[in-house]
Amino acid sequence: MESLIKHEVEKLNVQLQHERINKRRDIKYYTLKENFELSLLALPAVILLFIFNYMPMIGSIVAFKRFRPNLGIFGSGWVGFKNFEFFFTSQDAWRVARNTVLYSFDFMIVNLVGAVLIAILLYNIRNKIAVKAYNTVMILPKFLSMVLIAFIVYAVLNPTAGVMNQILHLFGFNGTINWYAEPKWWPLILTITNLWMGIGMNSIIYYAALVGMDTALLEAAQIDGATKWQQTRYVSIPHIVPIMTITTILAFGSIFSGDFGLFYQTTMDVGLLYPTTDIINTYVFRGLQNGNLEISAAVGLFQSVVGLIMILIVNGIVRKISPENSMF
Amino acid sequence: MIYILPFILVISVSISSENTVKVFGYTLFPKVISLDAYKSIFANPGQILQGYKITIMFTVMTTILSTIVMTLVAYPMSRRNYKLRNLLTFYVFFTMLFSGGLVPSYIINSKILHLDNTIWIYIIPGLVSAWNVILIRTFFQGLPESLVESAKLDGASELRTYFQIIMPLSTPVVATVAFMTVVAKWNDWNTALIYIRDQNLYSLQYLLQKILRETEFVKKMAAETGMLSNVDTPTETMKFALAMVAAGPVLVVFPFFQKYFAEGLTIGAIKG
Repeated sequence: MESLIKHEVEKLNVQLQHERINKRRDIKYYTLKENFELSLLALPAVILLFIFNYMPMIGSIVAFKRFRPNLGIFGSGWVGFKNFEFFFTSQDAWRVARNTVLYSFDFMIVNLVGAVLIAILLYNIRNKIAVKAYNTVMILPKFLSMVLIAFIVYAVLNPTAGVMNQILHLFGFNGTINWYAEPKWWPLILTITNLWMGIGMNSIIYYAALVGMDTALLEAAQIDGATKWQQTRYVSIPHIVPIMTITTILAFGSIFSGDFGLFYQTTMDVGLLYPTTDIINTYVFRGLQNGNLEISAAVGLFQSVVGLIMILIVNGIVRKISPENSMF
Repeated sequence: MIYILPFILVISVSISSENTVKVFGYTLFPKVISLDAYKSIFANPGQILQGYKITIMFTVMTTILSTIVMTLVAYPMSRRNYKLRNLLTFYVFFTMLFSGGLVPSYIINSKILHLDNTIWIYIIPGLVSAWNVILIRTFFQGLPESLVESAKLDGASELRTYFQIIMPLSTPVVATVAFMTVVAKWNDWNTALIYIRDQNLYSLQYLLQKILRETEFVKKMAAETGMLSNVDTPTETMKFALAMVAAGPVLVVFPFFQKYFAEGLTIGAIKG
C-alpha cells in the first residue's frame, strides 16, 4: 500500500517537472522578426490609441493653463492651480460633487436590491420559456438610446398630457405637477428610470449564479419543512452574497462619475432642475459649450484622477478578498 | 408589463389625433385614430432619411474598421511568446483606467485634427475600445496554442496565421463585438451634440433629441412639407411619430441579436 502511494507521488512529481519544463519552453520568446511582425499587426490600434486617448491625457495640462485657441494647448500660458481654485470656490462645486456621489450611492443600492429581487423571482419561475421572455423584455432598454428613453419619460411626465398627472387625477389629486420645473421629484424619477434601464442586464449575473447553485441544498431545506421564503432567505441569498459584495465594491470604483446620457437627456437639460440633477459630467459638458474650456478641463481632470485612485483602491480590496474577481 | 406599456404608449400617441391629445392627454389606447402625424412625415421625409443615411454609413464603417483594428491588436496580445505583450496590454488597458477627459479630446479632435463637422468624427476616434480588445484577446487565449505553432512550422507569416487560422475560429467573439459596436453607434447622439453643427450630418439619435426638445424644430420640418399651415401642425403626435419612424425598425431587429449581447458579458475577463 505504502509503496503504491509512493509510486503515485513519484509519478506526480515527474509529471509536474515535465509541466514546468514545458512551461519554460513555452515562454521562450519569439525572434526579432516574429516580434516585429506581431508589432506591425498591433500598430494601427497603437497609433489610434495614442492620438485619441494618450494625446488628450497629455492635453489635460490645459487644466493648468489659460487657454487661448490661437495659441493652442502648448502655447497658452500657465496659471498653476487657478482653474481648480475657481471651481472649488464656486458654489457649483459642492452641488455637482454631492449630486454625483449621492446618485452613485443611490443607484448602487437600488440596482443591487432590484437585480437580486428580480433574479430570485425569475429563479422561482419554473417555466423556462417565461423566464426567457421576461429576460428578453427586460433587456430591451439596453438597446434603446438615451434619447428614446427620454421620449418615454417625457410621455409619462409631460405636464399637460403626461400619463403621470392623469394617474394623479384618478386618485383625486387636483392640479397638475409641472415635473420639468420641480427639482425635488427628480432624484426619484432618475432612480426609477435608471433601475428600469439596467435591471434586465444587472439581474442576469445573479440569475446565472442561482441557476448554477446545487439544487440538493434547496431540496434538503424543503424536506426539512422550510417555506419558500426560508429557502430563499437561508439558501439562495447566501449563495449570491459573494457576487453581491464584488459588484458593490466594484461600483465604488466609479462612484465619482455619472451617466452623462441619463442626466442630460431625461432631464432635457432644464436649468431649473440643476439643483438636483447636475452632476460632474453634465457640468463639464456645459463648460465646454459655454467656452469655459480650462475650468471644464480642470474639473474633468480632477474627476479622472479621483476615478483612477478609486479604481486602484477598489481593485486592491477585491484582490485581497477574492483574487479571481479582481480586474488586474 | 412595466416594460411593454411605455412602448404601447408611444405608439398610441403617434397614431392619435392631435386634438384628442390636447384635450385628453396621452392615452394608452388612441381615442381617435389618426395618421396625420405619419402623413406629414412621409410627405417630406428628407431630414429623417438623411439622418438614416448618415447613421447607417458611419455605423457600418465603424463596425467594419473597428473589428479589424481590434482583432489585429488583440492577436499579439494573446500570443504568450510575444515579447512586448505585457507592455502592449498595459498600453491598451490603461486607457480604461484614465482618460484625458472631454475638453482635451475636444480641443484635439476639432482644433488640431479638424474632424468636427465631418462624418469622420463619428468613426475614427472611437475605433479602439479597450474593453472590447480585452474581450477579444481573452477569446483568442482560449484557442489552442498548438494551432498557431503548427501554422508557424508550416511557414505561415503572422498575418496569414491571423487571417486563416484565428479569424475563422473567432466568429462568436467577432459577432459579439461587432453587434455591440452597431448598437453603440446606432444610438450615438453625443458625438453630434458636441461636434456636429451641419444639419445634414446629424445622426438619427441627435435628430430625435432635437425633435423632442424643440417644438420649433418639428414645426419647421412640418412646414417644409408645405401641406399644413403652422397652426395645424400636429406637433405633439408628430414628435412621437418621428420617434417611431426613427427607432421602430431597430426595436424590431435588435432583440433577435440579443444573444450576442449577453455573451459579451460572460466572456469578459481582463486578467491573464
